[in-house]
Amino acid sequence: MGGFDFNVIERSIGYLFREGMTFTLTLTGLAALGGIIFGTLLAMMRLSSHKWLSLPATGYVNLMRSIPLIGSPTPIQVGAVASSVITFTLFEAAYYSEIMRAGIQSIPRGQVWAGYALGLDYWQTMAKVVLPQAFRNMIPILLTQTIILFQDTSLVYVLSITDFLGAASKIAQRDGRLVEMYLFAALVYFLMSFTLSYIVKILQQKIAIIR
Amino acid sequence: MPMIEIKDVSKWYGSFQVLTNCTTNVEKGEVIVVCGPSGSGKSTLIKVVNALEPFQEGNIVVDGIKVNDPKTNLPKLRARVGMVFQHFELFPHLTITQNLTLGQIKVLGRTPEEAKTRGLKYLNRVGLIEQKDKFPGQLSGGQQQRVAIARALSMDPICMLFDEPTSALDPEMINEVLDVMVGLAKEGMTMMVVTHEMGFANKVANRVIFMDRGQIVEDATKADFFGKPRSERAQQFLAKILHH
Repeated sequence: MGGFDFNVIERSIGYLFREGMTFTLTLTGLAALGGIIFGTLLAMMRLSSHKWLSLPATGYVNLMRSIPLIGSPTPIQVGAVASSVITFTLFEAAYYSEIMRAGIQSIPRGQVWAGYALGLDYWQTMAKVVLPQAFRNMIPILLTQTIILFQDTSLVYVLSITDFLGAASKIAQRDGRLVEMYLFAALVYFLMSFTLSYIVKILQQKIAIIR
Repeated sequence: MPMIEIKDVSKWYGSFQVLTNCTTNVEKGEVIVVCGPSGSGKSTLIKVVNALEPFQEGNIVVDGIKVNDPKTNLPKLRARVGMVFQHFELFPHLTITQNLTLGQIKVLGRTPEEAKTRGLKYLNRVGLIEQKDKFPGQLSGGQQQRVAIARALSMDPICMLFDEPTSALDPEMINEVLDVMVGLAKEGMTMMVVTHEMGFANKVANRVIFMDRGQIVEDATKADFFGKPRSERAQQFLAKILHH
C-alpha cells in the first residue's frame, strides 16, 4: 500500500467522459425533457376544475413525491437503459409538475381572459399565452431541479449501467484506486453542479430585470 | 333585435350574490356607460356578456346567439366581441405586432401578411405605428391601452366591451385613451363601457347605467341621468364624482 496514485485519472479520463459522462448527460437530458412535458400536462390537469382530471394528477404527484427514487417502479419491462429513462421521467415529472403549476398560477388571470376574449380556446390560450410566460418565469427553478436530477442519475448503478459514477467505480475496482477515483468523481459532480447553479443565479438576475 | 340583450341575470360567488336580476339592452350603434361604486358588480356584468365569468340565472344574447347555452361555440362568439381590460393585458412575451396578429391568425385563420397589414392599420390609427417592433413593457400605460384597443379592433368586432379602461392609468394618459374611444363611438361602434369618466359619458354615451350592490339601480338616457337621477344613491354618487 503505497501513497496515492492520481495517474489513474489521467489513464482513464477518456473512458470516464466518453462512456460515463455521455450516458449521464443523455439520461439527464432525456429525463428532463420528458419530465417537463409530462409534468406540464400533470400541472394543467391539477389546475383543471374537472375533478376527474385533477384528482388522478394530484394522486400521482403526491405518490411519486413520497417514495424514494430507488424504490419507484418501472411500469414495463425493457432494457436497463430504457428502464432508467422511463423511471427518471415518471419520477421527475412529479417535481417538474409542481414547478410548472406554480408557474402557471403566477400568470395573472387577466392574461387568460385576454386570450379567451380574442377567441382563443383553452389549448391555444395555454400554448400561446400562459405556458410561454410560465415557462420563462420558471426557468431558474426548472434548471435547479435539473441539477438535482443530474446528481440523482448516479443511482443507475443499481441497474449496472455505466454512467459517470459507474465508470469511475469500474476503474477504481480494476486498479485498486478507490479513494483517488471517488474523489475525482466527486470533484467533477461538484464542478458541474456548481457551474450550473452559477448560471441559474445569473439567469435569475436577468429575468428579474426583464420584469 | 338588440346587439346585447341582458335579461334577469343573477350571479353568485358561493353564497355571495354579485349580480341581482340585471336587465338591460344595448342596441346596434349605441354607447352605454356603466358606472357605480367599487364592488357594485359593474365589472362582473361586463365580463358575463362574453362569458369570461359564468352566471347562474337569466339569459344573455349577443347578436342573436345565447351566451349561456352550453352548445354555443364560445371562442367563436368571443372573437366577434372586442374587449379591453383595466390592466391592458397585452401579452408581455410578444411584440406589439405579434400581439395584434395572434388572434387574427389563430382564430380568424388570416395569413400572417393579411393579419399584419390589418393590425398595423389599426396601430397606425391609434398613433403608435413606430412602436410596432417593441414589447409591451417598453410602452407607457396609455400606449399599452391604445395597443389593446387596436388589438381588439383588428378582429373586426361587432361590438366592444371596455372594463374600466382608464382606471389603471396616470392622469395625464387618460385622455389619449379616451380620445381613441370617442373616435370609435362617433364612427358608430356599439360600445359597453364601464368607467368613472363622466366627461366621456357626457360626450358620447346614449345611455348611462348606474349599479349598486349588484343591481341596476338606474338605466337612463344621458340627459336624464345627469339632469335628474331618480335614485338617491345615484344622486349621491354623482355629487361625489363630479365635485372631487
